[in-house]
Amino acid sequence: MYRTATGEEIFVIDGHTHFWDGSPANQKNIHGKQFIECFYAYHSNLSPPSEKWEKEKFEKYDAKTMFEDLFVSGYDDMAILQPTYLTDFYKNGFNTTERNAAIKKSHPDRFILNGAFDPRDGNKGLEDLHALAEKHKLQGVKLYTAEWRGESKGYKLSDKDSYKYLEAAQKLGIKNVHVHKGPTIIPLNRDAFDVADIDDVATSFQDLNFIVEHCGLPRLDDFCWIATQETNVYAGIAVALPFIHSRPGYFAHVMSELLFWLGPDKILYGSDYGIWTPKWLIDKFMAFEIPEDLTKETGSVLTLENKTKILGLNAARLYGIDVEAQKKKIRAGGGYAHLSEPVPA
Amino acid sequence: MVDARQAELWACLHGVMDPELDESVVDLNFVTKADVDASSRVHIEFRLPTYWCAANFSFLMADDMRRAAMALDWVTGVSVVLGEHMYADKINAGLALGLSFQETFGVEADGDLEDLRRTFLVKAFQRRQVALLNHLTATGHSPETLTALTLAELHSLPVDDEGDRLRRRYLERRDVVSAATDEMPAFVDAAGSPLRADGFAAYVSGLRRVGVNAEFNSALCRGLLSVRFDLETPFVPKARASA
Repeated sequence: MYRTATGEEIFVIDGHTHFWDGSPANQKNIHGKQFIECFYAYHSNLSPPSEKWEKEKFEKYDAKTMFEDLFVSGYDDMAILQPTYLTDFYKNGFNTTERNAAIKKSHPDRFILNGAFDPRDGNKGLEDLHALAEKHKLQGVKLYTAEWRGESKGYKLSDKDSYKYLEAAQKLGIKNVHVHKGPTIIPLNRDAFDVADIDDVATSFQDLNFIVEHCGLPRLDDFCWIATQETNVYAGIAVALPFIHSRPGYFAHVMSELLFWLGPDKILYGSDYGIWTPKWLIDKFMAFEIPEDLTKETGSVLTLENKTKILGLNAARLYGIDVEAQKKKIRAGGGYAHLSEPVPA
Repeated sequence: MVDARQAELWACLHGVMDPELDESVVDLNFVTKADVDASSRVHIEFRLPTYWCAANFSFLMADDMRRAAMALDWVTGVSVVLGEHMYADKINAGLALGLSFQETFGVEADGDLEDLRRTFLVKAFQRRQVALLNHLTATGHSPETLTALTLAELHSLPVDDEGDRLRRRYLERRDVVSAATDEMPAFVDAAGSPLRADGFAAYVSGLRRVGVNAEFNSALCRGLLSVRFDLETPFVPKARASA
């Protein structure tokens, strides 16, 4: 919960969090080592110095630390757990649905647990998706189209097999498909950065929402174009958001483009925890305004209303969260005990 | 003479761009070595912001460096070596044999690099064009004037230093989209059609996001490279600092 100076409460849903194990003990090979090091470089490069973690903490943090960072010292009310399997790099996987499920179980009112699938896994994968969706009552999945698998160096959402999986997901009650279209993991050249396949499936699956994580960066330009034409395409701003500290000018440009092309109802906040933490991101975001010259050019303004939508209301709509009811639940569970009493109206 | 040749080599590498960022691989700090040996062979080494940087882009840059160096008339051979990358071994082996990307990666590669090269040349054209158009508009040139210019007229248009720099950059990429002879229109879109005064503002704002995207990527790549190779303290090699 973020409270403005005038006492207004902003309900925050973090659209992008991880509970990973990148520790040397879990690394399978050099790729596992390089993967977490690359994440750590993102963290080191874009965090304010005071928010920088030791490498060891970054490689593997415990559930208590995560809870504290998100909900106590951070302003998140709820967080979506997005899995990243990477079983070729890590013995027990990097950040699997099962690993995430454990932390969700301890704090059911705080977490939304997403699953994952890979259309290259054939009928077995469809069965697994079925079981996973039923077991965890999944509302969302996270997909990596650039992930390598055996001989394949990535897939497209518009592939025939992807259609099969999306149809199955829809039948299983999954509504939200988060697609990692951002800085890629082991991309070769199979259009790993391309966002055109989003256009195709967004048209074919009107009842699914496609949340393009990292707003298509490094392909923001192509993404904005596609998202404008489809009503069910959203932008997740994890990775773009931390630029608010080191490169506020670029962040302003990105936000003004997203507001211009997509509008405030289709942008979702995400911290990408543990790469970055909600406290400083949201402190800076709430204080942020798009410079006047950009507003003049694009008409984009980050009003309090727009910030409220981006920080929580948009995700609440996608995941069917009744914000007032959820606040009551969290309050009843002592979740706001660390906050001072609300400012009297 | 070796010194002069080495300077010449660095100057020619300066003209090689990261296709995605449209910035010089030298300015980006990617090139760590460019030496000339006694038999006029050149040895180039480079590195990238992450271990995972796309293999196709990595190969493209290496290939462009090789071509650029080979174009110097005194060069008898070129070796280009990529360091600390997931595909370093494979890419370096392919480069050493003078293979194409497709030949290097075989079945793993999907399509040749020319399409990719073209995609990014067009983006670079657009980015350079919008930068120049913004500058010219801000210094008082109307859409009517700009869309009526031929290339010869753009060449001789009086501009300030910044305008001159942006014009040179734009003209370097003008022939990517259509013929760039003197009598041709100065400003055309990615399909080669002349820009028109009506719809000019919408066209420019449409291109704006290409520039924003590239700026953003550049900031990210520079930051990651700087952390990865500790560019903050360039004069204290890491191994020595920790010893």
